Amino acid sequence: MNPKRKQRLYLTVFLLLVSAGVTGLLILVSGENMNMFYPPADVVAGKIPPEQKVRAGGMVLDGSVVRSETSLAVEFQLTDHKGAVFPVAYSGILPDLFREGQGILVEGEMDAQGVFQAEEVLAKHDENYMPPELLDIDMQAKPNAYKAMPSIDPRAAKGDAL
Amino acid sequence: MIPELGHFSLVIAGVLSLFTALVGLSGSRNSLLQRSVVSMTVGQFALTLLSFSALVWSFATDDFSVAYVANNSNSLMPWYYKVSATWGAHEGSFLLWILITSGWMLALCLRGHQYPTSFFTKVLGIMALLNLGFICFSLFTSNPFLRLIPMTPVDGADLNPLLQDFGLIVHPPLLYMGYVGLAVPFAFAVAGLLEGQVDSAWARWSRTWTNMAWAFLTAGITLGSWWAYYELGWGGWWFWDPVENASFMPWLAATALVHSLSVTEKRGTFKSWTLLLAITGFSFSLLGAFIVRSGVLTSVHSFAVDPERGMYILIFLALVVGGSLTLYALRAGQNSTQVAYSFLSREFFMLINNLILIVALAVVLWGTMAPIGYEAVTGGRISIGTPFFNRFFVPLGLVLAIALAVLPLLNWKRTKAEALRPAGISLLIAAVFAVLIWFVLDPTSVVVATAVGLGAWVVISHGADLYKRLRKGTTLPMAYVGMTLAHVGFSVCMIGIAITATQSEESDVRMAPQGSVMLAGQRVTFLGVVEVQGPNYSAQQGVFLVEPESTGSYELRAEKRRYFAGNNVMTEAGIQAGLLADTYVSLGEPLADGAWAVRLHYKPLVRWVWLGALLMALGGIIAIFDRRYRSLRVRDTKVIGAVAQS
Repeated sequence: MNPKRKQRLYLTVFLLLVSAGVTGLLILVSGENMNMFYPPADVVAGKIPPEQKVRAGGMVLDGSVVRSETSLAVEFQLTDHKGAVFPVAYSGILPDLFREGQGILVEGEMDAQGVFQAEEVLAKHDENYMPPELLDIDMQAKPNAYKAMPSIDPRAAKGDAL
Repeated sequence: MIPELGHFSLVIAGVLSLFTALVGLSGSRNSLLQRSVVSMTVGQFALTLLSFSALVWSFATDDFSVAYVANNSNSLMPWYYKVSATWGAHEGSFLLWILITSGWMLALCLRGHQYPTSFFTKVLGIMALLNLGFICFSLFTSNPFLRLIPMTPVDGADLNPLLQDFGLIVHPPLLYMGYVGLAVPFAFAVAGLLEGQVDSAWARWSRTWTNMAWAFLTAGITLGSWWAYYELGWGGWWFWDPVENASFMPWLAATALVHSLSVTEKRGTFKSWTLLLAITGFSFSLLGAFIVRSGVLTSVHSFAVDPERGMYILIFLALVVGGSLTLYALRAGQNSTQVAYSFLSREFFMLINNLILIVALAVVLWGTMAPIGYEAVTGGRISIGTPFFNRFFVPLGLVLAIALAVLPLLNWKRTKAEALRPAGISLLIAAVFAVLIWFVLDPTSVVVATAVGLGAWVVISHGADLYKRLRKGTTLPMAYVGMTLAHVGFSVCMIGIAITATQSEESDVRMAPQGSVMLAGQRVTFLGVVEVQGPNYSAQQGVFLVEPESTGSYELRAEKRRYFAGNNVMTEAGIQAGLLADTYVSLGEPLADGAWAVRLHYKPLVRWVWLGALLMALGGIIAIFDRRYRSLRVRDTKVIGAVAQS
């Protein structure tokens, strides 16, 4: 083999090894840092594995929000309006658009008592916004509501402008 | 009338770009035809400018019979937000995109005499072809001039309050200058392949444009990050959000391109790689447009429900990428030259730099696309969080810093190992500094100390090199000044990220009026809430008194605004900005007895993140003014003719 070809072979092997390594790492690390999403029905059915960070979501049940008198702790219930309801506990500042009836996402873990301990509550900055994960639920609930819903959350709005 | 005028101008601009593309790419040697390419480009710019102005006019005069205006403006908005609302949503922002493409083409014409005519007409032809694609996209899928007649609303629906802000006036134009600017090196690459001339001179031509586009992209991303920091009310400055990633990916490719071009210019090697990067950079601009504009982010379903725009961009993307890569596969091999270099050489370190940047690009691409792919395949939903990106970006950034610190000592081709001794000395100084920082600030995290130490190492080694050159009395080339500035900017940014990510203090607390809490050695007292009125909103303004231990106290005001038109609630943070640290207050929600939920942040060195990035952009611009780019001469003096005179 002439030296030029040899050099090219080394380079090719090197690049292949690097890309294989990087791909492997990507799959491994994204597997570790991936949060699955669970709609209310799955949450109620106990599909969330214990002590694992996941996302869940639903509509805030009317009249379910209970605030602590002394701290930022708050409890509320999420529903899909089709019978599945589960409780969420959170401590911290709720997003601007958190209110009853609003579709929101929570990120956190399920505790042994069946209460979702949220580390983060996500509801975005627009009256009409529906978190993407909840579109399917909402579509089944109100089939016609979907088209009329502009998809503007702050990032998407930023995205529109991008 | 005015909106129709804008609409028709856009149509004619599209026709002109079609002809520009046909003539430019026909390879005709007819000098009249070649000159017509330039005049058509000028005409195209004038028409798109007219079209854009017509839309601005419709906004400024509250013409709510135009659907786009009615959806994104309101008569109560101050005039400057009415104007900037023009690019506040999809349709208008794409018109801006088209205007900027035409603007880059006009800029190319101004320097046209410096390039061989046949090459230059091809570059313009390719740009025109791209612009034709953009204009058709606008006309057929996202026409901003559609009317609502006779159902004209009395008032507009208002611009999303988040966008009623200075940051959003400037951010999109800058970012687009970068996005579309990458079309120029792309066109240079394709024209170079068509002409079979990819050499040092070609690289020198391309560098000016690449640096400019890159600098705009850098500044645009920085501004977006700053905007998110003060406007979203979460106190973060980067969220690894798909929209952010969409702009970060072309930036990574462009950064690799800036470096690889320097090797192609100086050493005449890395040609195929440089060409590939030029194609990649612009392709990622388009991919970003697809991610952001197709609705695929909201849901694969919403993309499936209304696929028109997404499909258009996807097909356009496939044509651009497929076409250019086919050409690349056919032609790139012809340009290869073998230039030997050793491991201890500038070339090799540029290779390392490029490898790191491309791996970083792969990480962002994966992290952005995996959730979309997962949903498309399984129907389930996943999200990939910040830890994923950090796991990769921390080590990649650190390795990049090491390569950067050694760089000033490296020669092209080969360097003697002894020549690296100063790097050892500066590393020692930086290490001592890092250990000091470690003891003072954070005795727990080795990574932070390493980042600070490496950042200091980069600064010291570049400083030492600068000193050496100044003592020799040689004048510093602008390219060198720009490079040094950009590299120092990188370290400033890295140090800022490391410190602000680990040393920030933040707490969400319940605060009653006159109650106070301690934040990073400062006493923060909540004085109460007052009502204030804005032009198109009313707000509750929380007043806070911050008393640091040493210096004087100051007031911070954070607002919770309610906009009249859409009844949207928005948080406006109160920020005391400082070079060393920011104090950041934002209002949560009202609780019982006049108490409020309050978010308090103390963020050391957060300004360094943006300052560093701006230094990088500045460095990129300064490098353009290097003498060797000014005294450009056409390789083939026989073909100067036509374009120069026109």
